[in-house]
Amino acid sequence: MADLLADTPDAGLSEDRTTEVMTVNIGPHHPATHGVLRLVVDLEGEIVRECKPVIGYVHTGIEKSCEDKSYWKVIPFVERMDYVSYFFQMEAYCGAVERLIGLEIPPRAKYLRTLFLELNRIHSHLVWLGTTALDLGAISMLWYCFRERDRILDLFEMATGQRMHTRYFQVGGVIEDIPLGFEEKCRKFVEDMPVRVGQYEALLDRNEVFLQRTKGVGAVSRERLLELGVTGPLLRAAGEPWDLRKAFDYLAYPEMDFKIPVGTVGDNYDRYRVRMAEMVESTRIVGQCLEALPEGPFIAEDRKYVLPPRSELSTSMESLIHHFKLVTEGFRVEPGEVYYGIESPRGELGCFVLADGSAKPARVHFRDPSFVNLQAFRDMAVDTYVADMICSLGMLDPILGGVDR
Amino acid sequence: MLKGELEGEELEQYVEERVVTTKLKDLQNWARSNSIFPLTFGLACCAIEAPISIVTARYDLARFGAEALRASPRQADLIILSGRVSIKMAPVVRRLYDQMLEPKWAISMGACSSSGGMFSNYAVVQGADKFMPIDLHIPGCPPRPEAVLYGFTKLQRKIQGNPDPGWRQRYNAEGTEEWARGGPRSEPSAMEMEAYEEARRLILEPPTAGGVRA
Amino acid sequence: MPDAPGLELIRGEVESDHPGAVLATSFDREQAALIADPAQVLDLLRWLRDTPAQGYSFLSSLHVADYLPAEPRFGVHYELLNRERVERIRVKAMLADPGEDALPEIDSCVGLFPTAHAQEREAFDFFGVVFRGHPELTRILLPDDYVGWPQRRDFPVGGEPVTFTYSEMARG
Repeated sequence: MADLLADTPDAGLSEDRTTEVMTVNIGPHHPATHGVLRLVVDLEGEIVRECKPVIGYVHTGIEKSCEDKSYWKVIPFVERMDYVSYFFQMEAYCGAVERLIGLEIPPRAKYLRTLFLELNRIHSHLVWLGTTALDLGAISMLWYCFRERDRILDLFEMATGQRMHTRYFQVGGVIEDIPLGFEEKCRKFVEDMPVRVGQYEALLDRNEVFLQRTKGVGAVSRERLLELGVTGPLLRAAGEPWDLRKAFDYLAYPEMDFKIPVGTVGDNYDRYRVRMAEMVESTRIVGQCLEALPEGPFIAEDRKYVLPPRSELSTSMESLIHHFKLVTEGFRVEPGEVYYGIESPRGELGCFVLADGSAKPARVHFRDPSFVNLQAFRDMAVDTYVADMICSLGMLDPILGGVDR
Repeated sequence: MLKGELEGEELEQYVEERVVTTKLKDLQNWARSNSIFPLTFGLACCAIEAPISIVTARYDLARFGAEALRASPRQADLIILSGRVSIKMAPVVRRLYDQMLEPKWAISMGACSSSGGMFSNYAVVQGADKFMPIDLHIPGCPPRPEAVLYGFTKLQRKIQGNPDPGWRQRYNAEGTEEWARGGPRSEPSAMEMEAYEEARRLILEPPTAGGVRA
Repeated sequence: MPDAPGLELIRGEVESDHPGAVLATSFDREQAALIADPAQVLDLLRWLRDTPAQGYSFLSSLHVADYLPAEPRFGVHYELLNRERVERIRVKAMLADPGEDALPEIDSCVGLFPTAHAQEREAFDFFGVVFRGHPELTRILLPDDYVGWPQRRDFPVGGEPVTFTYSEMARG
């Protein structure tokens, strides 16, 4: 290197300049950081020697705001934490409160909740695939994935009125039954989706550039991931078959027949394959939910916690009083605390609710999977190239709304 | 058409049917509004609807000539604040906005960046208006992509209406300009020149033995 | 979850190895909790993780809750999970507020569970609970120069009152 510079004004430089460690700041505004994540990396040439994520740029104080609102009003707040998997936050919170008050939800509500949770899982994986493939250079994947995502959002809009942040789950069940025409549309989607996933795989699976960028890159051992508290597709890609849907029986998952995809090596390619297979499994669960959807009420009947239907308000005095009490003050919960964990697309999403006897929760805390998974990022990125670090970040699938809350 | 074939009235009409006349300013504004370069900037939930969802096939932003999303603020015209602005992020957003070159516009998308949204607490800036000038607010939580596109067309009409970009006087922001070479303040000051020379000397002189610089 | 008798068995076994580590047990809404002495909480966690019959080797969550006005005020919760038997158990260490200008302290469990690194930083950021022995106890979600511990119950929610244009114009 030094002899190239022999006749130039910089001839006196020694070769040691190339091994100098340079600290580079990536983000928080950067097209590849999946949200406002700031990475302070020490680079030696192109190799990452140290990587420190700095978070908090979208910290919204949701947990503090929840302490100020009645139990019912907390639901739209917690939805907006991890903003691509909003049904999961609703389920974690409503499930925790239902355990606090000991409320059983009717079977139809269980199946409807499972159906929407799995649709949301497919939605989250589609957003992941579109944006990660965009980062890796497979730009057209974004358009294909978001075409399917728009179909799922049409289903959500049909049932709930909103595309995102639907406020659909309530304490006791779901807020409204699915409308006519939803089942056919959903069934059509269930038929089409495996074909589409096959098309995505056909685009990426044998693409030499994609394979070279993801195979063997960013592998972390299973034991290290367990130590760091990582769960979800990252852990399953490393070979550990741990999925809360199968471990803890909640909602309608015990009656569903589905498999859990597990990887072998735990590199980025395995994480990609695990999520693609999960999309297909989720589609199967949605199909089974549609077939097996039982009749009955869609929300619990206990008027102390659940709003009565509007038709009753004009005839029954007790319904009017219950409605008034629930809308103005909300229901009170006996003192106690509960931790309830579910399997979100990124891992274990846990909700801790502390009740102090009043109509407002005293503490709502979410154990967000992206927050804990981000601790594994350093292990994935150190001693790899910068481009590999970006690939690992995509495959880690952090959603900064959940990380920062 | 040969010279002399049409005369007077007919010639006027012929020309009017084929040539558009306008002021240069209007032409410039029309061109600007139809080729906006948005900045790829997403903060939170609204980012999934825009910039990601509006550039996808169903709600195509390319129809309006704005599909070239730039990553660098130096190359962008439009910043869409999509999502809640937390107190840690506000200085970063302001710095990005300052780095954009004139003329530039800002859309505050969604309830959170327009007014703090549902998050009236210690951690969210209650409206991006508090630290930067916003040209357009789009309500919604999150707004539908169609709503964003409607807001976008409104912004286009605003640009074509040749608005007065004198916001620096209105918002007491004199002195925040950065000038390219040749502008009124493009010569570095004496202190800046010294600092530059010092840095140059430090970087280019060979290090002493042991790698420690003097 | 271990059921109520199982929880008492666990308490009995801990007493023989680490007397005084468990102050009380609580079995509420089908969730088992051990209320631990803050000075011995690391011993208890290590015992729960390493004893072959227990095996609670996964820390799901570490979080703090403010029980104001009850004393002691801060409850540090460790949600442990045994993945083989699929059982959860909670360890609670209650810390009192030492008053003005001092922060409650407890030992850090980063040595036992590396996952606690970021979660203890978050607890420090929001409540001001100091974890002794943590390698990098700084603010993580709030700006570095923020003053105050927002998640404490006596910290105000903040925000602005909504100004309606009519009242602004009518009253100036």
